[in-house]
Amino acid sequence: MREREDEWTGLMRSAISGDSTAYHRLLKAVTPVLRAAARRGLARAGQPVDQSEDIVQDILLAVHLKRHTWDVSAPFAPWLFAIARNKLIDALRRRGRRVFVNIDDFAEVLPGEAPVETASAGEVAAQLQSLPARQRDVLQSIAVESASIKDTAAKLAMSEGAVRVALHRGLTSLTAKLREQ
Amino acid sequence: MDTDQLIKTLAADSAHRARPVGFALMLALMAAAPVSLLMFFTELGIRPDVMTAMRNPFFDLKFAVTLALAIAAIAVSLHLSRPEASLRGFGWLLLIPAGLLTAGIGGEMMMPQRLPMMTRLMGNNSRMCMTAIPLLSLPILAGALIGLRHGAPARPALAGAIAGMLSAGLAATLYASHCTDDSPLFVATWYTLSTALVTAIGALAGSKLLRF
Repeated sequence: MREREDEWTGLMRSAISGDSTAYHRLLKAVTPVLRAAARRGLARAGQPVDQSEDIVQDILLAVHLKRHTWDVSAPFAPWLFAIARNKLIDALRRRGRRVFVNIDDFAEVLPGEAPVETASAGEVAAQLQSLPARQRDVLQSIAVESASIKDTAAKLAMSEGAVRVALHRGLTSLTAKLREQ
Repeated sequence: MDTDQLIKTLAADSAHRARPVGFALMLALMAAAPVSLLMFFTELGIRPDVMTAMRNPFFDLKFAVTLALAIAAIAVSLHLSRPEASLRGFGWLLLIPAGLLTAGIGGEMMMPQRLPMMTRLMGNNSRMCMTAIPLLSLPILAGALIGLRHGAPARPALAGAIAGMLSAGLAATLYASHCTDDSPLFVATWYTLSTALVTAIGALAGSKLLRF
C-alpha cells in the first residue's frame, strides 16, 4: 500500500508540473479506491450503494478544482482521503443522515480487491444540462464525444483559449451546482 | 457522463493553474481594506492626541495585540485551507495576542494608577468599541471569506471563525488608533467581546461559504 501511495504522489507531482498523461493515470488509479470507499460508506449508512458513482464523480471534481491546496512536498494520499471523506460526509448528509466516516475506509482498500462494475451516475449528467450553452457544448464535446481541445475549437468555431476557459468554467459551475443541490 | 469520460475531461483541463490560496487571500484583503479604511476615516478618524499617546506603552500595546491576532489568524487560516490540516501545531499561534495582553495587564497592575481598576476596565468608549470593531471588520471578513473560498478547509465553520478573528484583528488595529481607552483591562474586555462576536459571525458565514 505504501508503494501504491508513493506512486500516486509521484504521478501527482508530474501532473502539477504539467504532465496531463500522468494526471489521467493518477485519476484512473485512485477511482477504484474511491469507489470502494463510497460504497462502504453508503452501505454503512443504510443507503443504496448504486449511488456510489455520483459520490466518486463529486470527489474527482473536488480533487481537480482544489489540487492547488495540495503541498507538493507532502504525500498525496492523506490529502486525497481528506477531500474524499469530506465529500462522502456531504453526500450522506444530503441524503438525510449524519454519519461519521472513518479515514480507514480509504486506507483499508487492498490492491487486490475486486473492481466493482461501474454504476451509472446521474447527477453530473443532469447538472450538465443546466449549464450555459457554451460550457455545455464544450463539455459534451470533450467528455462524451472524446474530442480534443483543438477539434472542439474547430467544431464550435471558437479559439482554443476560449474552449479552455469554457471547459474550466463549466467544471467549476458543475461543482457549484452539485454542492447546492 | 460516466466516470471515465469525466476523468478524460478533467485531464483535458489539467493545464489550468489555480492561484495559491495565500495569493487569493492577499488580493481579496487588499480589495476589502479600502472599504474599512474609508468607514474609519469618515466616521471615526485617528485620535487628535496621537503624538502624545504614542509615548504611552499601553497605547502601543494595543497595536501589538491586535496585529498579533491578525497575523496569527492569517497564518492559521492559510494552514486550515488545506483539507488534511487540523489546528494541531498551529492553534497556539492564537495564544500570542492573549499572552501579550496578559503581560500588559500584569505590567499595569504593577504601576501606580490614578483610576480604580473597574473604572479603567469600563473606560469611556465601551459601546463605541463594541459597535465600531464589528462594523469595521465586516468588509474585511467578506474579503477574507472570498479569498479563502479558494481553499478546501475540512471544517468550514472553524475556518470561518478564524477568518472572523483575522478581520476583527485588522479592524481593531484601526479602531485602536481612534480609541482613547488604553488600559489593557479595557482591551481585554471590550476588544475581546467584539472579536468574539465577529468570530461567531465568521463561523456562521464560513459554514455556508467555505464548503467546497
